[in-house]
Amino acid sequence: MTTAPSPFVRAALDAAATVPASGIAWLDAARRDHLDAFAATGLPEGRNEAWKYTPLRALSQRAFALADADAAKAATVDAETFVLPGVDGARVVFVDGVFRADLSSMAAGQGVELLPLAAALADQPEPLRFVLANRDLRGAADAFAHLNAALSRDGLVLRLADGVTLDTPLHVVHVSSGSQPDSAWHVRVLVEVGKGAHADLVEHYVSPGEAPQLGTVVADYAVREGASLGIVVLQDAPATTTLVRRGHVRLDANATATLHALELGGALVRHEFTAELLGDGARFDSRGVFALAGRQHVDTQLEVHHKARGTSSEALWRGIADGRSRGVFRGAIVVAEGADGTDASLSNKNLLLSPLAEIDTKPELEIYADEVKAAHGATIGQLDERSLFYMRSRGIPLVQARSLLTLAFCRAALESLPNDALRDHLGELLVAHLPTTATE
Amino acid sequence: MHMLKIDNLHARVEGKEILKGLSLAVKPGEVHAIMGPNGAGKSTLGNVLSGRDGYEVTEGSVTFDGRDLLALEPEERAAVGVFLAFQYPVEIPGVNNTYFLRAALNAQRRFRGEDELDSMRFLKLVREKLKVMQISDELLHRAVNEGFSGGEKKRNEIFQMAVLEPKLAILDETDSGLDIDALKQVAEGVNALRSPDRSFLVVTHYQRLLDYIEPDFVHVLAGGRIVESGDKNLALKLEAEGYAWLADTHPELRKADLTGVPA
Repeated sequence: MTTAPSPFVRAALDAAATVPASGIAWLDAARRDHLDAFAATGLPEGRNEAWKYTPLRALSQRAFALADADAAKAATVDAETFVLPGVDGARVVFVDGVFRADLSSMAAGQGVELLPLAAALADQPEPLRFVLANRDLRGAADAFAHLNAALSRDGLVLRLADGVTLDTPLHVVHVSSGSQPDSAWHVRVLVEVGKGAHADLVEHYVSPGEAPQLGTVVADYAVREGASLGIVVLQDAPATTTLVRRGHVRLDANATATLHALELGGALVRHEFTAELLGDGARFDSRGVFALAGRQHVDTQLEVHHKARGTSSEALWRGIADGRSRGVFRGAIVVAEGADGTDASLSNKNLLLSPLAEIDTKPELEIYADEVKAAHGATIGQLDERSLFYMRSRGIPLVQARSLLTLAFCRAALESLPNDALRDHLGELLVAHLPTTATE
Repeated sequence: MHMLKIDNLHARVEGKEILKGLSLAVKPGEVHAIMGPNGAGKSTLGNVLSGRDGYEVTEGSVTFDGRDLLALEPEERAAVGVFLAFQYPVEIPGVNNTYFLRAALNAQRRFRGEDELDSMRFLKLVREKLKVMQISDELLHRAVNEGFSGGEKKRNEIFQMAVLEPKLAILDETDSGLDIDALKQVAEGVNALRSPDRSFLVVTHYQRLLDYIEPDFVHVLAGGRIVESGDKNLALKLEAEGYAWLADTHPELRKADLTGVPA
């Protein structure tokens, strides 16, 4: 690329220059390579197919300094901002991307290794090398992953030994302190669930303040044979936040993973999630809801790769867009050659509550195997007028009728959460985010 | 004192005038049957009274308990005591039947300045009202009308009526699609809800329903107006002779107004 780097790229390069080396040769080399790759391509542009519906021109003109670690450590954060019903076990809290021991509670029980990434690297870096030294990225399309790999200094390592069960969901909180405007933070998450083990994670994005920030999170999950992992993403970031989140789950034989995503906040949010079903009989279910208003832009990119026999996946996603918001959903099911007996389905239904809102949905099926059961469908519609009138004719005011119908529309996507207390709370959060005025 | 007074009501649907000067007065406790050929405006009347979008009143007035009914939103009409039993009750997936009914009752109570019922008190009320109209536990806990049979949907309408206790119940062709046993059950439910201060407008195409819900008055709606009124014997005459004879006393009615078949 011959054009001058954008303010976004320049700021990222400046930020990288301020970060000391880790002292681990392979890690520093990998970080350098990722930074070079990012500098070479910059942010993806409009002609990049993977980013077609999420233009980054405005973002490329903004400059984010790296969030200051000392300020993040000193920031006052009230635990009330992130307490969740039904999620009262171990907790890992990051403030502006910096691990906060004082807000966290890391005791997770026998057979559970839970520690900040920086501590894991200082202690025993070698087991992390396979993942952190990986350079298998696509250039511009993966610009934020390059950026995260180059700049993330902290994160989370969770390992469950074979057969261990985590009794209560692990609460992973990403808080923006609100005191560092125009700053960026980058967090790396590594999870391994041993054979036959079970864990639930709740990844929670929240903030007491409104300072505009950029956050990136890259998470890898390895789910070993017969193990199960539940991931709940509750994204309730402030309306000024730019958040790019990438998750990648690898499932061995007979392993299962379930993803729930509730996207409520953020200004510009990109959520990429890829599941690879590598072992026979593996299963991956995903459910998600986005509820957008104002000028929010939320883009979900889901990929499910069936690479073994007898694997199954179900994806059930719902979108609601009001105001001038824009929701993007791409769901791809890819069935590799030889993945016979695959059973995959994907449903994406959307509600447009305003004539100025926009939803782009793109279900994709790629099938290279013979014996496959696969179904997919996407719809975009409005609230049913007959149902609204029926409810009103019984005395339910229009605003309440709309919110009840909208919640009903999303209900299927809120099922099978780790516990009822969490499910009810997410339902209430969703209702609180629904439009309260009729937009005809 | 009249509970409901409809005076010279004109209403349009999609630009087409359907009601053309309908007048009707109902006192508390009375049961009025509205009969008429297809296309006479029977369903339009129920929809206009309950405030459905798309029904434009161009002339006339409707007074309910001394209020201008047409000035109220649909939910306000419900709260002041108007209930429409739908010809085709709507299925609402994802909304629990009991939850829906409690939300409706409490919304009405809020509007009237009454305290809301908690789930215990509401459950007690439901059990009491199940004596009026039997609904299985399973249907109570399913989504509103979802997967209900035709008869179950109509019984659910009457059950809702029992819980919401309206002053005026409009039954819009409640008999349509019901076999004789279901019809009897629905009629028994309605009869159990008759009281000196509750009135009914029973809109029907067939006299059959009136064998079970005995009306005080029978009106013929044709060409968008009430053209004939009488007691229950009028319904029997219509059953025996059809509507064609009305052309003799009402020369202004066209053939299509009386057969329901557009000319």
